[in-house]
Parts: sequence; structure tokens; C-alpha cells
Amino acid sequence: MSDFKIEGYELKPGFKGMAKDTGSDQTMFKGVHWGKAMMWIFLLSDTFIFSCFLISYMKGRGSTIIDWPNPSEVFGLHVFGVDVPLLLIAIMTFVLITSSGTMALAVKYGYEKNKKMCGWLILATAIGGLTFVGMQAFEWGKLIHEGVRPWENPFGAPQFGSFFFMITGFHGTHVSIGVIFLFIYAYKTFAGHYDEGKRGWFTTMKGDYVEIEILGLYWHFVDLVWVFIFAFFYLW
Amino acid sequence: MEKTKKQEQTSTHKIGIYLWIWGLLFVLSFFSYMVDWYQFQGVLRWSLILFFMFLKAGLIMAFFMHLYWERYALVNVLLWPMTAIACFIFLMVAEFEYTVFTRFFYFVVGG
Repeated sequence: MSDFKIEGYELKPGFKGMAKDTGSDQTMFKGVHWGKAMMWIFLLSDTFIFSCFLISYMKGRGSTIIDWPNPSEVFGLHVFGVDVPLLLIAIMTFVLITSSGTMALAVKYGYEKNKKMCGWLILATAIGGLTFVGMQAFEWGKLIHEGVRPWENPFGAPQFGSFFFMITGFHGTHVSIGVIFLFIYAYKTFAGHYDEGKRGWFTTMKGDYVEIEILGLYWHFVDLVWVFIFAFFYLW
Repeated sequence: MEKTKKQEQTSTHKIGIYLWIWGLLFVLSFFSYMVDWYQFQGVLRWSLILFFMFLKAGLIMAFFMHLYWERYALVNVLLWPMTAIACFIFLMVAEFEYTVFTRFFYFVVGG
């Protein structure tokens, strides 16, 4: 994405290029929009936050001598007279991956200045995210109804509840914020703000389709975190 | 002519690559769900979960987040801090093993 030529500067590939870029006494990330670089730095810090949550979960689960609740049963659903393990979580995973795919395509069509396709795909992404949050709310409701609390639960080790609400809650908050921004960006795309270079609310930066990629980075990160939560919290 | 060539370089990748990655992510998610469905246990379960997890995370970061096409200056700034997380995991594994040992020793065995 960032391969364009900079006047009077030779871009070298690989580690040689890295050393040259870093020591160039200029901007370090050649050809990367500052907004994109800042989003990456933010995502890096967010990675550390989620890692701390997941590591504390590992420590909590590893150090209790009471049996950990079996997630396969706790998150199972009873549909059409059969118990299906982890059904809701599996559907949530597929919904989030679908929305990640539509977002990737939205970024592509954005760079091609295809306003309509870009806008509809962002809208589809937002609806996918909304579905995900809805199902998570249903899951929380179901578990709270069954008596899961941050300090106790009927299935096993009492720490289970606090880790569950903290980790999925923090992830769900990220998804919700993403959905709000997706709707705003869908509106801005359809309104043609990125074609006209219209300014945003809190910035002097002129509107550009690179903003779709920046939003896309955030959205893919939310999906990325879910991959880890799915593996460690629900499957392990 | 020169200008259009430049534009092509900066703008986009072919749609096929996104659709392929999308499909692969679906298949990998299906496989990781199957790990639970067939109730694999022990080392087999853990290694399969980790394998599918890292593959999915790698595909998302490399292609959906475009890291595969970024310059090394950005990629390395993002990936090296992960070693700090790996160190933290290593430390906390040692910590929980000690905690669970003392709990067994004093609560179950009786000191």
C-alpha cells in the first residue's frame, strides 16, 4: 500500500531499506500516511492491554485448584432438542470474519474511488458488527440468568465470571465503538466527503480514502483480538 | 502513461487475494470449531488450537491489514514489541505454577 515513490529518495527493500528509512533524518515511515501510522501505534498499545487481560486470565485459571467450568458446555446451546457445543460462539466468529472480509473489500473499492461499492460494504460491515454485539448481549443475558457473576458461578471456579465479563466486555466495547464509526464513515462515503476532500470534525486533514483504510485497520484488529479470545477463552 | 502506472502501484491489490484470504479464514475457523466438536483433548487439542489461531492471526495481519506490503520500518516497529509479551507470558507461567503448587501444598496436603 505504501510503495509510491518519494521525490529524490531511493526506497530500498528489506532490512537495508529499514536501516535507511530509520536513519534518513526525515519521516521514518516512508509513504505511510501519518493517520495510519498513529492508528498502528494505538493498536500496538491496545494489543498490550488485551495481552494483559489474557495473561491474567491464564494466571488465574492456572493457579486455581477448583475445576475450571467447561466452556464447551457453558456456552452450548439447546436447539431443536439437541445440545450443540459452542454454537453461538461459532456463529459470532463467522459473523465477525464476514464483516472483516467486507471491510477489506471496502478499503479496496475506496482506493479505486468506487464510492457506491465502498459505502455499501462499510454499511454491511457495520451491520455485521451490530449482529455480533447483539449476540454477545444475548450471551451475557443467558449467563447472568444462569447465575454467573464476577464473584461466583454454578459451574466451577469463581474466577471464571470476572475474567469472562472483563475480557468479552472490553472486546464488545471495541466492537460497539467500531460500529458507531462505521456508520459515520458510511455516511461520509455516500456523502462524497472523500471525493471532495472535505474536512473532518476535529481535524484540518482533508478527507481522503486513506481514512477508510485507517478505519479498516481498527476493524481488522477487533477481529484479530477475537481470534485470540476464541482460542484461549472458549476453546482451551 | 507514467502517471497511470504510478496510480496502479499505490491503489489496490486484486480482488482475488482478498476473497482467497476470506475463504481461508472461514475454513480455518471451521477447523478450530471442529477441534471442540470432536472433543480432542490434551496436547493434540492445545497444539491444534494454537496452530489455527496463529495461522488466522497471521493471515489477517499480513493481507487484511496489509502488513505483507508495508515497508520493514513499519513492520518491525509493530512486531518486535510482541517479544515483550512473550516474556511476560513466560514469567506468569512460572508464577502460576508456583501459586498452584503452594495451594496444593497448604490447602490439600496440609503443609
